Amino acid sequence: MPRVVPSLIALSLLLVFPALSSAGELIVSAAASLTDAFSDIEPAFEEANPDVDVIMNFASSGSLYHQIEQGAPADVYASANPRWMDRAVANGFADTAAVRIFARNALVLAVPAGNPAGVAGMEDLTDNRVAMIGIGTPQTVPAGQYAKSALTAAGLYETLRGKYIFGESVRQVLDYLARGEVDCGFVYRTDAVNAGDSVHILAEIPLENPVTYPIAVLFGTTKPAAERFVDFVTSERGTELLEARGFKRP
Amino acid sequence: MLTLKVAGLATFLSLFLGVAAAYALTKWRFPGRDLLDAVFTLPMVMPPTVLGYYLLVLIGRRSLLGGWLQETLGITLMFTWWGAVLASTVVALPLVFKSARAALESVAREYENAARTLGQGELAVFLRVSLPLALPGVLAGGMLAFARAMGEFGATLMVAGNLPGRTQTLSLAVYSAVQAGNDLLANSLVLVISLLCIVILWATSRLLQPKYTNR
Repeated sequence: MPRVVPSLIALSLLLVFPALSSAGELIVSAAASLTDAFSDIEPAFEEANPDVDVIMNFASSGSLYHQIEQGAPADVYASANPRWMDRAVANGFADTAAVRIFARNALVLAVPAGNPAGVAGMEDLTDNRVAMIGIGTPQTVPAGQYAKSALTAAGLYETLRGKYIFGESVRQVLDYLARGEVDCGFVYRTDAVNAGDSVHILAEIPLENPVTYPIAVLFGTTKPAAERFVDFVTSERGTELLEARGFKRP
Repeated sequence: MLTLKVAGLATFLSLFLGVAAAYALTKWRFPGRDLLDAVFTLPMVMPPTVLGYYLLVLIGRRSLLGGWLQETLGITLMFTWWGAVLASTVVALPLVFKSARAALESVAREYENAARTLGQGELAVFLRVSLPLALPGVLAGGMLAFARAMGEFGATLMVAGNLPGRTQTLSLAVYSAVQAGNDLLANSLVLVISLLCIVILWATSRLLQPKYTNR
């Protein structure tokens, strides 16, 4: 019986340690709004680089930055606005020269299919018909930050304070829209397009700063494949895959 | 304060439901009893996100129950603190149920039967004999339920959202503070929660200590 113990320990170690990345693994932390596009890019890249196994980590750009800050293993970081990438550069997690803008997007005001609250545009948000407005948490979700600046510029942000339903990522806001849990919400054009018939775009929101997506290899990485991944995303093939999901060229 | 309100209500609801369910399963033997026991215990082992999803599908504005509540009673649970109460009740219920069931099972049947021979009705037997004898166990379950309800996060986030001042309980506030990189706030909140939980666990263990030792 006691002879079983060492093998049990060995087995449990085996079960625990795959969590530590192995040589051929590449961990890519990407903004939630990139979920569809990067899920297409992943197999395409792996096909061209059979020796690499890409592991995707999708969350709001802010959450991903804080994971990186706390020492989570990540080789590549793609955020949904320059703000978080700038912070990563400022705090020594990436090199300014390594940051590349690889796509653009637009912020839209969207409603659930059938538009139950009968929203026509931004001017209706103050109306009593609109009780719940989905918006990303501005402190961590770039889509929420963009929406907040647009609403502030329109002089509406404070007025609507009681109506906001804050999402932890732009995808959560999209889910609330698709389920009809909110009357309208601010998401990216790509999100609304990929949600199909369940979400309807009302209007594109004009922004001071365009929605740009930066990507960079992180300093801590020892993976040569990280560079290759960034090159692939910014290549013609990568750009085509991004465009297929509604992104615009940088 | 919202946290205490939500956790308190959830504890009250789960005590009521948990004890009732435990009593029913202790008293009557019927087919499917073990299955019911499993169903009441399920939320204890299920991932919070799965529970959250179930609740989302159950009480969402376009779901049967959620739609009916809104149409007929004008009640919305989504994104309200009642939604948080519901989520917390569901996760706290198994703790009450399990401890209440164990406590009720351990009540000697002789006492209950003696009360019955003295002409007491079933409800009176339960209220005056079974429940008082099982009370320490039930209360301990209630305390644990309160602690668990206070810490509820996953299901609450999905159903009630994270709305500052409306549905943002302590554990959601910690999450937000960490996400926003506000370590000072996160630290103080974590300290408050930890202290509360320690007090509750200490009180629970005191409750469960036998009053009279036979040794």
